[in-house]
Amino acid sequence: MHEMSIAMSIVDAVSDKARQEGCSTVTGIDLVVGRLSGIEVESLKFCFSAAARNTPAENAELLIEEREAAGRCEECGEQFPVASYHVCCPSCGKFRVRVISGEELAVKSITIE
Amino acid sequence: MCDTCGCSSEEGAVLRKPGSDDFHIHIGEEDGHHHHHHEHDHDHSHHHGHDHSHHHGESRKVEVEQDVLLKNNLLAERNRGWFEAKRVLALNFLSSPGSGKTTILEKTIPMLSGEWPVAVVEGDQQTTNDADRIHALGVPVIQVNTGTGCHLDALMVQRAIRELDLQERSLLCIENVGNLVCPAMFDLGEAARVVVISVTEGEDKPLKYPTMFHHADVCILNKTDLLPYVDFDAEKCREYAMQVNHHLEWIEVSARSGEGLDRWKTWLTSRLERL
Repeated sequence: MHEMSIAMSIVDAVSDKARQEGCSTVTGIDLVVGRLSGIEVESLKFCFSAAARNTPAENAELLIEEREAAGRCEECGEQFPVASYHVCCPSCGKFRVRVISGEELAVKSITIE
Repeated sequence: MCDTCGCSSEEGAVLRKPGSDDFHIHIGEEDGHHHHHHEHDHDHSHHHGHDHSHHHGESRKVEVEQDVLLKNNLLAERNRGWFEAKRVLALNFLSSPGSGKTTILEKTIPMLSGEWPVAVVEGDQQTTNDADRIHALGVPVIQVNTGTGCHLDALMVQRAIRELDLQERSLLCIENVGNLVCPAMFDLGEAARVVVISVTEGEDKPLKYPTMFHHADVCILNKTDLLPYVDFDAEKCREYAMQVNHHLEWIEVSARSGEGLDRWKTWLTSRLERL
């Protein structure tokens, strides 16, 4: 259940940022979660509400933008969307695909007051 | 309440040392994320615990663009830099519970003795059982008890290695909490990740837990002495693992019988000689 540690990291990061900006309340968090980031979105939402209790992010709305992942075949250079790390190239059929995006897990912006 | 020192810590990891019953350190007392909430309560207690309206001004949006794991990743890079400067080969051992990580370490340590110093960090939710086994071999070991935590993180490793007197040009084995999911996300500052799977598990483990296998550098298939008694297709397992990570190195061993350990030693010494 690493989503709890992730939720706590999010709360830490946005609370620090709000303090730096001289604000005491975070009302919104825009989060980017790549399809291959290893995060279960529903589980993260659940953990977030617990992790945010008694912090500046207590009443923050967590807006999650899920991003698709892409891979490039190291054999033939073809680029295509991927849904997991177990993926074969649709062009040459080889399992030699490098994931080039979709592993991101980042706080994009926050709304504070 | 902590039943060893009576302090109020209920969550967070604890370091323990076999043979020193008094030794225990709570991680995160000064820099963990559990405690800043208290500081915050002092500063802003009027904001919490009751309904209140926000009259503090306009709300505004601020760009952050920050990796959620930034803190862990920065600490991991500090660990990595320290290992490189000290010429320590740090390996992160990962597997399900019961795949034989500790037994592999028990066989690896005497194999290298006299040639390369070894130290160990053991990660488990509870007990010092694994650290006790390593301690019996006479090498420095610290047990990290993660409590409810399901993985080691870079801070736990940083605090653990502070308590280990690591030697120059040595091997540090970090045995992560037995779990094929969560530890995959947390960089500890290791030079390589070693994932262990045993023939008593399913050969499709690499397909079920692709993130772990994708981020590993070496896969050890353990308990090969049991192959005649189980329905485990080692070749199929290797094929699945390579499909998820075509850069993966594959080593088959039986830590119990010793079969294949020479190949593991060859891999290890080739990495150690490059320090």
